[in-house]
Amino acid sequence: MLETIVFYAFAAILLGAALRVITARNPVHAALALVLAFFTAAGIWLLLRAEFLAITLLLVYVGAVMVLFLFVVMMLDVNLERLREGFWKNLPMAVVVGGIMAFELVAMLASRHFGSATSTRVVPAGYSNTRELGRVLYTQYVYAFEIAAVILLVAIIAAIALTLRRRKDTKALDPALQLAARREERVRLVSMPAETER
Amino acid sequence: MDLRLALIDTAWTLAGIVAIVVPLFVAVAYLTLWERKLIGWIQIRIGPNRVGPLGLLQPIADGVKLLFKEIILPTNASKGLFVLAPIMMLMPALAAWAVIPFAPELVLADINAGLLYVLALTSFGVYGVIIAGWASNSKYAFLGAMRSAAQMVSYELAMGFALVVVLMVSGSLNLSDIVAQQGRGRFADMGLTFLSWNWLPLLPMLVVYFVSGVAETNRAPFDVVEGESEIVAGHMIEYSGMSFALFFLAEYMNMILISALTAILFFGGWQAPVSSALFDAVPPFLWLLAKMFVIVSMFLWIRATFPRYRYDQIMRLGWKVFIPLTLVWIAVIGLWMQTPWSLWQ
Repeated sequence: MLETIVFYAFAAILLGAALRVITARNPVHAALALVLAFFTAAGIWLLLRAEFLAITLLLVYVGAVMVLFLFVVMMLDVNLERLREGFWKNLPMAVVVGGIMAFELVAMLASRHFGSATSTRVVPAGYSNTRELGRVLYTQYVYAFEIAAVILLVAIIAAIALTLRRRKDTKALDPALQLAARREERVRLVSMPAETER
Repeated sequence: MDLRLALIDTAWTLAGIVAIVVPLFVAVAYLTLWERKLIGWIQIRIGPNRVGPLGLLQPIADGVKLLFKEIILPTNASKGLFVLAPIMMLMPALAAWAVIPFAPELVLADINAGLLYVLALTSFGVYGVIIAGWASNSKYAFLGAMRSAAQMVSYELAMGFALVVVLMVSGSLNLSDIVAQQGRGRFADMGLTFLSWNWLPLLPMLVVYFVSGVAETNRAPFDVVEGESEIVAGHMIEYSGMSFALFFLAEYMNMILISALTAILFFGGWQAPVSSALFDAVPPFLWLLAKMFVIVSMFLWIRATFPRYRYDQIMRLGWKVFIPLTLVWIAVIGLWMQTPWSLWQ
């Protein structure tokens, strides 16, 4: 009863935030609405007792990805008119793609073949979501998991390799050289007689 | 009937929240006084001593002053976000206390993923800073926000990896279990509990965690975010009165939170250092408070001692020193745990 009320409240906030993401005129507001959407989605997952997934969603997307996203969006001088230019031209394609996605979602949730919608298994008291997930991930799906990890690693290396450039004019200092500096190399004490005014 | 039970439950939870939040605000108020006193003594000054006996009413005077100041909204600010920013700053600082175990069984929410929850919430603090910097529509504020965002995201990684090591040796994400686990071991059986705590086998991680904690809370020597000499007060520059005080509150609350977490993860939380009749007679939460007090004083000591880091040095320390160090240490501990000499069975 209480859970249902909380669910509908969260769902309403989630939908509202998601709508704001695509309707907000200011890109920073849109990004912040996306943060809110992630947050409420995590809340709904918590209701499903998937605490590991919920907190990971917050940790990864809200805590890291969206921060960097905001970082970039705030620095860019986004021209809204330019963004809206191709709206009508791209609309038919977007409707087709969106329609297919919506259809797939409905088919998935409504069908009994997948049986995902109606799982009301009661879990024992000492049940730890994280432990179970780790067990499955590192035993049953270990190869898939490793392959995903390698793909991500390749992506990281590629991203770094693409953006790395050695600038000649940079004034960055090497801390090791700074630390290695000795007083004798920099300072010379000169002893000289005092000059007095006549 | 069910509804009545639910209501009673909710009332108890609310009472618990009040029992945590009210002492927390008092602690923050007196932490500011303690900071000024301690730094005063370190610098051979007296510190505040005018308001009340020994200056003990100083925080209250400060609070009243801030309450009566006008809150100014800059004309070109993004109004809603400008007001939202201090709230976004304070909310995670308060919410993280829900899972802190003060004594055995004395915790508001004894959840399984407590450590992850804390990690997630401490990473939200950066939103307050970013939103404040952007909504103020001021260059100094924006620069401060950008610095802070980069710094907090960088140090969060090192912090997270340090926590992974703690998680590995504890085998649990539940903070109460992590504390309980530290009370077991060869030394604990001999009565020398403090040698069984995580700080000894995980000493490098303790250093990484604590230094990252100082950086994460934007305290000196990592306070380039608000470096007065360069960008005045960073993201807080346009805030006045109570809206500024909220930033201040959040910063100090985060400091206390990091101290509490350091005590819980590395110094055995509520456990007495040595098990003897005298030490065991002390209520457990007093041990936690004592440890927190020592660690929070370290924050102040560091502030009084070290000059501010240069920005590129901060980034270098985070990315090129701490993250490789923690990654290597994860492997070392992982291998250690597989050997017969493992301390954590």
